[in-house]
Amino acid sequence: MSVAAPASGPSAPLSAGRARRRRRAPAGSLAVGVSTLWLSLIVLIPLAAVVTRAFDAGLGEVWDSVTSRQAVSALRFTLIVSLFVAALNAAFGTLVAWVLVRDRFRGKSLVNALIDLPFALPTIVAGLTLLALYGPSSPVGVNVAFTKVAVAMALLFVTLPFVIRSVQPVLIELDREMEEAAASLGASNATIFRRIIFPNLMPAILSGAALAFSRAVGEFGSIVLLSGNIPFDTQVASVYAFKQIESDNVNGAAAVSVVLLALSLVVLLGIRSVERWGARDDQH
Amino acid sequence: MIKVHAVTKRFGDFIALDDVSLEVPDGSLTALLGPSGSGKSTLLRVIAGLEAPDRGEVEVGGEHATHLPPQERDVGFVFQHYAAFKHMTVRDNVAFGLTIRKRPKDQIKAKVDELLELVGLAGFHSRYPGQLSGGQRQRMALARALAIEPRVLLLDEPFGALDANVRADLRAWLRRLHDEVHVTTVLVTHDQEEAMEVAENLVVLRDGHIEQVGAPREIYERPANEFVMGFIGPVSQVDGTLVRPHDIALSDKPVDGAEKATVQRVVHLGFEVRAELIRGTGESVVAQLTKSEADALDLRDGETIWLRSPTRSAEPLSA
Amino acid sequence: MTSTSRASRLTLRLIALAYLAVLLVVPVGVVFYRTFEHGVIAVYDSITTPAAISAFFLTLEVTLIAVPLNAIFGVLAAIALVRGRFPGKRLFDALIDLPFAVSPIVVGLALLLIYGRGGWLGDWLLDNGIQVVFSTPGIVLATIFITLPFVAREVAPVLREIGDEQEQAAATLGASAWQTFRRVTLPAIRWGLIYGVVLSTARAIGEFGAVSVVSGKIGGETETLTLLVEKRFQNFDLAGAYAASALLAVIAFVTLAGMTLVNKREEDTT
Repeated sequence: MSVAAPASGPSAPLSAGRARRRRRAPAGSLAVGVSTLWLSLIVLIPLAAVVTRAFDAGLGEVWDSVTSRQAVSALRFTLIVSLFVAALNAAFGTLVAWVLVRDRFRGKSLVNALIDLPFALPTIVAGLTLLALYGPSSPVGVNVAFTKVAVAMALLFVTLPFVIRSVQPVLIELDREMEEAAASLGASNATIFRRIIFPNLMPAILSGAALAFSRAVGEFGSIVLLSGNIPFDTQVASVYAFKQIESDNVNGAAAVSVVLLALSLVVLLGIRSVERWGARDDQH
Repeated sequence: MIKVHAVTKRFGDFIALDDVSLEVPDGSLTALLGPSGSGKSTLLRVIAGLEAPDRGEVEVGGEHATHLPPQERDVGFVFQHYAAFKHMTVRDNVAFGLTIRKRPKDQIKAKVDELLELVGLAGFHSRYPGQLSGGQRQRMALARALAIEPRVLLLDEPFGALDANVRADLRAWLRRLHDEVHVTTVLVTHDQEEAMEVAENLVVLRDGHIEQVGAPREIYERPANEFVMGFIGPVSQVDGTLVRPHDIALSDKPVDGAEKATVQRVVHLGFEVRAELIRGTGESVVAQLTKSEADALDLRDGETIWLRSPTRSAEPLSA
Repeated sequence: MTSTSRASRLTLRLIALAYLAVLLVVPVGVVFYRTFEHGVIAVYDSITTPAAISAFFLTLEVTLIAVPLNAIFGVLAAIALVRGRFPGKRLFDALIDLPFAVSPIVVGLALLLIYGRGGWLGDWLLDNGIQVVFSTPGIVLATIFITLPFVAREVAPVLREIGDEQEQAAATLGASAWQTFRRVTLPAIRWGLIYGVVLSTARAIGEFGAVSVVSGKIGGETETLTLLVEKRFQNFDLAGAYAASALLAVIAFVTLAGMTLVNKREEDTT
């Protein structure tokens, strides 16, 4: 069979001699340059200043600042309450994510949208909000202002969405047929959850909880009104650092900041390795 | 062994199964065959307990199973996309049914070893499904289903997601496995060649109804209606009747009962040759012959040829 | 599960909704109730005082500077991460998340140590009459810091998902890099970009801690809306604090609605 030769069309856009011979720049080298520059100027260099300042006065002074009784108390309280909040939100967050993905009821999409409220609401407003309901003029007679419970509540509020939003997509993508296979092999619903669903959710729960933890550790705005910032009682690390800045003890503030920064970095890297571990069996 | 009686299943407005009744012979390898939307997967899932029928009854192994959850029906189910427990090793996958029944560890180990040997995955114990090919994953899924020694084995388009040559291998392999293990097996497929090759009992479905039940050869040679005939094998239409292309006789000389036709195109497919012909009426018809027959006739495009429909096609077929 | 019993499904639903109610819904409801307890007029007066108006405009100004800049950064960073290959890319990827993990107080401190008196650039700037900390530029820098990752993190996955085939096609058809970007890449990432912008805007408006350290809180000059809420609270002007909070909460709800809308539009058009 003979196929007709294609009719000659308009001359190709890059015919030699016409268009400028432009060698395409390597993918986004401009993008790389500008964005690294911006990141350094805005984030990295200022953070470096904190670290330098902390160690400027010598390792010894850093140690002294960080181990002053008040600093230790603040750091310890921060760590414990953040771990507690991360764990609680991990449990409840998974539950809420489950209900949002697997259940059906009127108003579900509204509830789903509301989950993001703590992301959108200013932290100071969050603090005031909780104070209105659970503070001195509480309409339901619950007053936890100036207690450790208040700090925990504020942190529960601001970290609410992390685990939920981390688990939801994984739950949605979960292969239902794995559950059906397990059922056909005789597994009860509880067994299916324990042996099939939960192990597959674990990485998402962990990374959500880690994000919640790292947010909680640094939280300031929602706590500052509700907790009373009582040293040795309800004072968290960020408030302690703030007070040091106000009393011109910049070195002390920098030292505690370095501890918080180190914690953040460890958690950030931890999350990444958890995510990589979670993705390892998705090699289909 | 499996009895389905007057089962109806709807999904919203769509009727997937309409008053379907079926008996699957004990120990057989039965194929549920039909185009997409015919209800074959739904029927399989109803038998497994993964879907509940709106009406009708299901009996598995002599027991009324209609309201039993899949956990209690003692069926092995194999999915098109394997449904491997991707977070567990091959060993743990296969052992799963036995592990949750709290069998003793050595019993489990023996069974897993035996099954992995049977499906040709010996030594793959510590691998993860993500490290296996599609065909290997499906064999693992079969081992997993067989581990609980089910009364019935149900396979939902098990080879649909695999490459053509892997599919061919696994088909033959399944047939041999069934010969060895003798579990009542029901296989869903839309591929009629697969059904005919593997099964000894065929059930043809369309739009939620069973069109015909029988052995592959019987369905091919004595289809119940035009749909079954067209679905199970190639057809050509001559004067409104359906005939098999290979039943059309061709001759290079005028013969009794033959009509004149022109060869439009000859396609050589190795052993098989397809000749597209135009009859005197203007109707085009496809005939199928072997290479040697085509060579003997020296078929060429544009040639005149004499064509005779099979006398069998004189039988009126019910639409 | 193939079929959870009705009872267990309802129980789970109840627990989940109760948790959300106690923590989320009821507190916000109470704030709105408290706010409008004394009537809408009182609220209106409260949010139209000179201090409130100047706080509003300062917040707006800061947001309008920070968000677009970070939108540009975000798109560039996303391109760098998804299409680029350079040493330290993994590190860059991790570092972009830093603002998520750093305490706002540390942010404020960091900016003080660079731009404040005695800081790395501070002395030079102040000697040349440029006031950064305790003035608007400081607030802007703090806001840029904390909103840095949002657009990048929303655009990068979208960019990764669409692949670069369309861009390659454009190149073979003769498009320059800029044309390809404007006509092919940008439309493809628009939903991720919009979503990221909405998130950064909400975050920018709501920032408190970093701004607290860096602003000097001079009423009428360096006081943002969030700082105004705090000041009114400290001055026992509870009603005023609630009013400003309600305003911020309304903005937050509008943001939430925006996010939901963008998600819906994205689902419909992809």
